[in-house]
Amino acid sequence: MEQIREKIGALVHEHDAVLFMKGTPQFPQCGFSQQVAAIMDSFNITYEAVNVLLDPEVREGIKDYADWPTIPQLYIKGEFIGGCDIVSEMHACGELAELLKPLQQASN
Amino acid sequence: MSTRSGHIRNILQQKLKPQTIEITDDSARHAGHAGARESGGGHFSIDIVSGDFAGLTRIQRHRMVYEALKDEFGPMIHALSIQAMSPEEGNSE
Repeated sequence: MEQIREKIGALVHEHDAVLFMKGTPQFPQCGFSQQVAAIMDSFNITYEAVNVLLDPEVREGIKDYADWPTIPQLYIKGEFIGGCDIVSEMHACGELAELLKPLQQASN
Repeated sequence: MSTRSGHIRNILQQKLKPQTIEITDDSARHAGHAGARESGGGHFSIDIVSGDFAGLTRIQRHRMVYEALKDEFGPMIHALSIQAMSPEEGNSE
């Protein structure tokens, strides 16, 4: 369990934006994951997408890591941002764009 | 309203003392997709306004709802859509 925590911790700190999802942005396996991936794809940034269906340990571990029972989960700069509802809400009110602005500049 | 929605509503009414609460059973829209089949649980949308949410972040509010329903995940609940507002925010809409 500790190993998984470390693995997830390394992942979310290694990349500016990490999305844990079911499936991939190209082939999402769940409507909620699809929605968040589509939102992320609408920004001109690169993000790391982790398909939890390929790794049962990560699939369970990520729930403990964030103390959050559902997937998808979005992390920006190592910080847990939320799941589908929260990311959608933040996208609708422009908060997400603000949060991702530094990442856009960095990738240009 | 389905029995499961009623059950979820009862729990949230007891634990979060909402001013208003609306539960929609979206299970039919998700029937048959991979996760839904595994757990047997349903998809529900929860629209809840409670004074307990005032001053809390979105993450904290959602955690309160998840915490209240943690024993129902699995056979009862597969996934939730949550909109959690304080009475002030709820009235401004």
